[in-house]
Amino acid sequence: MGNQVEQANEIIDVCLLAGKIMLQSGGETYRVEDTMMRMAAAFGIKHSHSYVTPTGIIFSSEGPDPSITKIVRILERTTDLKKVALVNSISRKICSGDLTLVEAKKELMEIDSRDLSFPFPIQVVAASLASGCFMIMFNGVWNDFIPSMITGGAGYLGFVYFHRFVSIRFFSEFLASFIIGLLAFIFVKLGMGQQLDKIIIGSVMSLVPGLLVTNAIRDLMAGHLVSGLSKGAEAFLTAFAIGAGIAVILRFF
Amino acid sequence: MDILGQLITSFIATGAFGILFNVPKESLVKCGLIGMGGWLIYYLLEGYTNDAVLGTLAATIFVAILSQELAKFYKTPVIIFVVAGIIPLVPGGLAYDAMRHFVENDYNTALGSAAKVLMLAGSIAFGLVFSEVVNQILRKMSERRSKV
Repeated sequence: MGNQVEQANEIIDVCLLAGKIMLQSGGETYRVEDTMMRMAAAFGIKHSHSYVTPTGIIFSSEGPDPSITKIVRILERTTDLKKVALVNSISRKICSGDLTLVEAKKELMEIDSRDLSFPFPIQVVAASLASGCFMIMFNGVWNDFIPSMITGGAGYLGFVYFHRFVSIRFFSEFLASFIIGLLAFIFVKLGMGQQLDKIIIGSVMSLVPGLLVTNAIRDLMAGHLVSGLSKGAEAFLTAFAIGAGIAVILRFF
Repeated sequence: MDILGQLITSFIATGAFGILFNVPKESLVKCGLIGMGGWLIYYLLEGYTNDAVLGTLAATIFVAILSQELAKFYKTPVIIFVVAGIIPLVPGGLAYDAMRHFVENDYNTALGSAAKVLMLAGSIAFGLVFSEVVNQILRKMSERRSKV
């Protein structure tokens, strides 16, 4: 009996770990719920409930022994699609019976502790390339390509560095967009850039919460009302931070 | 010539965003191509009809259906391809525009842009959900047929 409870506890821990990694890496709400329940079913817990919001997961199992409920708090959320893919393939293996509970736990812990993202310099280069390209896609002129690359790269660099010192996302976004506005303004004043608006729009694209807005509406449509609303609030705050950072520049000059 | 520039920039922009979102290395080029296809549809439709919502909806449905097929084929989560594909379509620039007008006390223009952002984001979300539903219906129908 005690052994069985122990086993159920272990299973729930593994499910929660998988759910936590997915949610922190930007997995969709319904996918996190679905993955956790599938994993639990594959390990022998037939009836389980999961409740996922962007800031926490509640998972509960029903069985002959007293049902167990556990909760995990999510503080930091980023987008790391590689981790989502890795956890997904682990859950696939569990469902087909290729992975035991102990092995799954070991692999998930390894994924959780590792930093799989691209090297930081490459990320900055990618952000600046994206800024330049977005400027063109918004019908900018090719003369502004280099200025918007530089402002976009500097903005992303600033965002990541500020975020290391200030753990409040709002302020790092505000400061990053302030840098972008300032640099774009200087470029235009020096005559190296032509359209201030296009340079700024292209450069803030790596910070802007467009994806978050879309995910929020999608969650709302799918019936995940709490996570939809909270994602919408997060998106609004980010947009406000960016707009405020740029507005300071536009006001003073 | 203009459209060539759009194609190249949308490919690079989507791939670069893939790096920021840490898409697995082997999927980067596919993501770039999906983003390029979606942007091409949007660009052409928007140019002809002058209706951004229609262009976004059509491009999103294209991206979502293609992503689902690719995800089935390569056995990776759909989200990888979908996220990359909708990156160029997402109304980030407009959202910024709306916020800028708000903080400049130009509320009329700001409200207009904000409403447009909601419409565009809504049409992306609708396109994604729509193609998912169609996919589910098709799967259920084929399951039923194979049972009979």
